[in-house]
Amino acid sequence: MTALLELEGLRKSYGDRVVLDDVDLAVDTDDVVCLIGSSGSGKSTLLRCLNLLEQVDDGVIRFDGREISDPRVDPREVRSRMGLVFQAYNLFPHLTVLDNCTLAPRKVHGLSRAEAEERAHGLLGQFGLAEHALKHPDRLSGGQQQRAALVRALCTRPELLLLDEITAALDPELVGEVLTIVRDLARQGTTMILATHEMSFAREVATTVCFLHEGRILEQGPPDRIFTDPREEQTRKFLRRVLPS
Amino acid sequence: MTDAWTPSERELERARVRRSLHRRGVVVATAVTVVVIGALLAGVLSSPGWPRFRETFLSWPDARAAFPDIAKGFWINVKMFLVAEPLILLLGGLVAITRGTVSPWLTPARFLAVFYTDLFRGMPTILVVFLFAFGIPALRLQGITTSFFWLGTAALVLSYGAYVAEVIRSGIESIHPSQLASAEALGLSRPQTMRFVVLPQALRRVVPPLLNDFVSLQKDTALVGTVGVFESLYVAADYGNYNFNFTPYLVTAAFFVALTVPLARVTDWLGRRATQRERGSR
Repeated sequence: MTALLELEGLRKSYGDRVVLDDVDLAVDTDDVVCLIGSSGSGKSTLLRCLNLLEQVDDGVIRFDGREISDPRVDPREVRSRMGLVFQAYNLFPHLTVLDNCTLAPRKVHGLSRAEAEERAHGLLGQFGLAEHALKHPDRLSGGQQQRAALVRALCTRPELLLLDEITAALDPELVGEVLTIVRDLARQGTTMILATHEMSFAREVATTVCFLHEGRILEQGPPDRIFTDPREEQTRKFLRRVLPS
Repeated sequence: MTDAWTPSERELERARVRRSLHRRGVVVATAVTVVVIGALLAGVLSSPGWPRFRETFLSWPDARAAFPDIAKGFWINVKMFLVAEPLILLLGGLVAITRGTVSPWLTPARFLAVFYTDLFRGMPTILVVFLFAFGIPALRLQGITTSFFWLGTAALVLSYGAYVAEVIRSGIESIHPSQLASAEALGLSRPQTMRFVVLPQALRRVVPPLLNDFVSLQKDTALVGTVGVFESLYVAADYGNYNFNFTPYLVTAAFFVALTVPLARVTDWLGRRATQRERGSR
């Protein structure tokens, strides 16, 4: 069977700075791919390219067998099948949590208000946000906001979920509540690509771990091998820095 | 090694597609523009009154004859505008800041600021001009000018000051409270916070509506003509009444447009430059 998402020779640069260089990756349905690597290694850019928020300089992105890096592809159609959650939540401050969650289902996916709200209430309840549905985002804690942002992405039933360091802006004690959700999603078989600094979490949920260094995927494989027996010197160096010894 | 990148076949193919999509866009834009403008022109030119309109509004000799006086009159508009604009910014800024103060000592000032904006925003500008031009001389105050130019300009300043104050205030209130919090956390006083953190961001945000008000002000300098100042519109009306030809109106209109369009472009450019500096150019 063909992979849900396939990258071949992806390249992206800003001026002279090459941010992604010859990136190959295949993601199957139900895979959880964790991107690790230091800041500036290209993790976020990679996710933004997949969502077509950035135009790649070269290479091919195939989603569900179709090349989406083709200029004739409507990016909105692609995005309506992917979810992206940002590090800084990016909830819309002028809308309640519920309205944040129903906006895209109603306006992009054509659900009625009742259907969209039913779906949103279900997910908000599942993730412990039922009592906050009618509040505005700025009245919630960081962890609650990030959970709401996750629910907002899930409300469109994405086939692929992209998570861009979603716990990086949170207090350590709030990280747990967000990761619990991601863990549940992984268990339910949600296909995800996540950039993360949480190594133990990556090791636990990932089916594949990719180590990025200076815009290249230097090494990829199952978490057990990457974390216990990395082949590349750079990977070893990075893991020594971030893992408590 | 990364410098040795040459685009793949696929990328070159995509670049070709992008170029052709772009070309198609340009063609569509051109075609639509030509059709729309053509239709508008055809509509005007085929109107039953067109020959007559051309005689009374598009007469070249009359445009030439009225031009020097209109130019002289327009200089008065420009002077009024140049004097009024900085004063309006100052007044509007002061009123806006006053309304945002918290000190109990400034309560009367806040009260006055609210009263001022309510009053002058509520009155038609032309009425303020009348009241100033005819009312103030009637008071026979010592040392106050009786020049209609200055009285009219003062009326414009007070009227527009009220609008601009509200625009600036909305800009101030649009700055997220976290900005205030982080400025206060650094130990800045309330006025310092205003001066160095809030106002610079607020003013940048309200540049478009401010420009809107200033364009409006440029045009409203013509209101001062109603009390007998020989600014451009008054000159044009005078010429029209005397020669029964309205071409000078269009000449005046051209003067006003010629003044406002470059201002709009400059403002756009300033805004783009600021955005680029802060967010990078991508």
